[in-house]
Amino acid sequence: MKKLLAAAITAAGVLLASPALSQTPPNVLVVGQIAEPKSMDPHAVTAVNDFRILVNVYDGLTRYKDGTLEVEPSLAESWTISDDGKTYTFKLRQGVVFHDGTPFNAEAVKFNFDRMLNEDHPFHDTGPFPLAFFFSAVDEVIAVDETTVEFRLKEPFAPFLSNLAYPTGLIVSPTAVEESGKDFGRNPVGTGAFRFAEWDANAKLVVTRNEDYWDGPPPLEAVIYRPITDANTRIAEMLSGGLDVMVEVPPDNLAQLRDDAAFTVHEQAGPHVWFLILNTKEGPFAKKAIRQAANYAIDKKALTENILQGTAAIAAGPTPPAFAWAYNEELQPYPHDPDKAKQLLAEAGYDGEELTFYVTEGGSGMLDPIAMGTAIQADLQAVGMKVKIETYEWNTFLGKVNPGLEGKADMAEMAWMTNDPDTLPFLALRSQAMPDKGGFNSGYYANEKVDELLNKARAVTDQGERAKLYKRMQEIVHEDAPWVFVANWKQNAVTGANVENFKLQPSFFLMLQDVAKP
Amino acid sequence: MAAYIAKRLLAAIPVLFGLSIIVFLIMAMIPGDPATAILGSYATPENVAKLNADLGLDKSLPQQYLIWLGNILQGDFGRSYALNRPVLDEVLERFSATLILAGTALVLCSILGLLAGVVSAVRQYGLADKAITVLVLVGISTPSFWLGLLLILVFAVKIRLFPASGMYAIYGGGDLPDLLHHLFLPALTLAVVATGVIARLTRTAMLEVLRQDYIRTARAKGLTERRVIYRHAFKAALVSVIPVIGIQAGFVLGGAVYIETVFQWPGIGSMLVNAISTRDLLLVQGGVVVVAAAYVLFNLAADVVQTLLDPRLR
Repeated sequence: MKKLLAAAITAAGVLLASPALSQTPPNVLVVGQIAEPKSMDPHAVTAVNDFRILVNVYDGLTRYKDGTLEVEPSLAESWTISDDGKTYTFKLRQGVVFHDGTPFNAEAVKFNFDRMLNEDHPFHDTGPFPLAFFFSAVDEVIAVDETTVEFRLKEPFAPFLSNLAYPTGLIVSPTAVEESGKDFGRNPVGTGAFRFAEWDANAKLVVTRNEDYWDGPPPLEAVIYRPITDANTRIAEMLSGGLDVMVEVPPDNLAQLRDDAAFTVHEQAGPHVWFLILNTKEGPFAKKAIRQAANYAIDKKALTENILQGTAAIAAGPTPPAFAWAYNEELQPYPHDPDKAKQLLAEAGYDGEELTFYVTEGGSGMLDPIAMGTAIQADLQAVGMKVKIETYEWNTFLGKVNPGLEGKADMAEMAWMTNDPDTLPFLALRSQAMPDKGGFNSGYYANEKVDELLNKARAVTDQGERAKLYKRMQEIVHEDAPWVFVANWKQNAVTGANVENFKLQPSFFLMLQDVAKP
Repeated sequence: MAAYIAKRLLAAIPVLFGLSIIVFLIMAMIPGDPATAILGSYATPENVAKLNADLGLDKSLPQQYLIWLGNILQGDFGRSYALNRPVLDEVLERFSATLILAGTALVLCSILGLLAGVVSAVRQYGLADKAITVLVLVGISTPSFWLGLLLILVFAVKIRLFPASGMYAIYGGGDLPDLLHHLFLPALTLAVVATGVIARLTRTAMLEVLRQDYIRTARAKGLTERRVIYRHAFKAALVSVIPVIGIQAGFVLGGAVYIETVFQWPGIGSMLVNAISTRDLLLVQGGVVVVAAAYVLFNLAADVVQTLLDPRLR
């Protein structure tokens, strides 16, 4: 019996402990993703996790210039905008074919936008298309000839070119949609540098080199995306050699990986802002001085350095610096000045009324919301403001905050990640964007001048002109302090030592077209 | 016996039916909806209403439930909103992964637990008994997700003997040795607590049996000690241990939720956690119904085995 058992254990040991395949093969990049992709249909998804794959399989008419959030030509070689800002005419790149061999042309572009926007389109039922409203300004798409396509807008909409560079604007193969129908998301066909090869649900998604890529075939033969939801497990896979790239490294592990010569840590500030919405309609924060006092009272340096461990920078205003062309460089963050805060509170006649503060447990872009909330509570307490925290799970939290804070809370945590400087202020700072009008102005901030600037910035198409308007808007909002401006998140990634030309983009997309791994 | 099994299976139908109503109501009651979860920051009332209409969630609750029930009876579990694929494909794929993991863990904990329990009882208060008791206590008290991380750190990161996560190698592999190689750490982690419980109960049951008159009779007949313990005592003790193993099967399936997350095992536990956080109603419903049906079957199987072993129950 004992001998038999010993033999069995030895046999099992030999069988099981075959040396782990820890090194990944050359020219194949293994990327650790944070979740299983939802769909490879770029019009049907909303998560950055999916975008990271899509931008390598598809191209849009425009794309973001390397290292910026400014657009440059991609599948469209050039374009003209009519003087009234309502007609965009694109000249398409010639000779581009989809991975299935069908030609990319004006009809294909028209198919893409009609499918998303037109409820009567025969393939509209392959949706839903949750972000189709990115193009809600589009009235009609006209295929003028094989290589010319015209977009007629209902009203001038300056973020249009930038939205075309967003994954919702990526171009899919009409033939493939017709063939796969609702399953297109599992059988994706685009024009990008990599073609879809295999999707083994919950294990891996594989894309391979497109030898015929119009912008030159990529150095990598294949990319394997692995979903690993648990951050600790992702770190363990990285350390054990099972991954070449991992994204979203927890702050705690970043220092350890930085000190290890086998890994390179990449960081890139993105179009993200973490802030507190203040209820400007009622309670203490109806007074501007008290809102400013909160901005002075909170120690943003301690928050970004101690809690977020340097994975975020201090935010100065409502617009993240990643939108370099539209960012107001002259804006300075509110300094940490408790005395000034106390003085402002005394002058404004703050009577020690208790404030209700909505905190979330986690959620898209929320960084470390519970620890942040607790530290903010302590900072406000230090200048004499009593704060009561109410914590909610993310979806519940959104259900409480999005309809507006009136009658419920004085302040709430929030974070946004966008692709155009227009999006967040337009949806969350205009008086026409109150929650009852379908906007996100949950703190009821209203300033006519800000409304005017933001509405105007949408209508002008000249980037320099738009930039001036956004910069002025930032000054006013900074002074009015409808939010406490806290942090701009820096996206991070870790690569193995043999990964070359890897670079993070401010768009937070993971562009692998130039990456090599000999 | 066949009539008994048929009766038990029929009794399971109202259980599953009631369960599906409860799950449906809970999912309807918790705040947030799939559209809000999908849209995230962009969840304006307008966008949410449009997406809900596209997803067919604008109908009344009873209507939604009846449509779901009608479809289920035709074998159509619907399509997951979040994953955009048929619920049944996802659930069956995930559940078979869980069964492989939980099944292996169950076999491991049964063998190890019974063995440890018998040794412990036979050598009561001896060195082996004391060592086993200490080990079992440590095992029962160790949080399994922590143990999992510890094992990954030692055997995947430091010694690199086993992979840190996943079910198959991402290139090559895909065969049985590859599966076993990936299965070892998670199955071991999952088995630890149940091994402890089974060992303790086997020890108690064996001690109980060993005090019986017929054991003394067996020894008096001059049977070898091995024969007395394994043929007479162990078989009798097994009768009271089998239902416990049946219950442990439930715990192992439940515990798989954590272990699947730690080891990125593509099982149904991690699927349900994700589905709940994205308010993916159809996926939650489908998953819960399948898991519940499995529970019913496991319990039935345990009862049947017990009946076969224990003549008094026949």
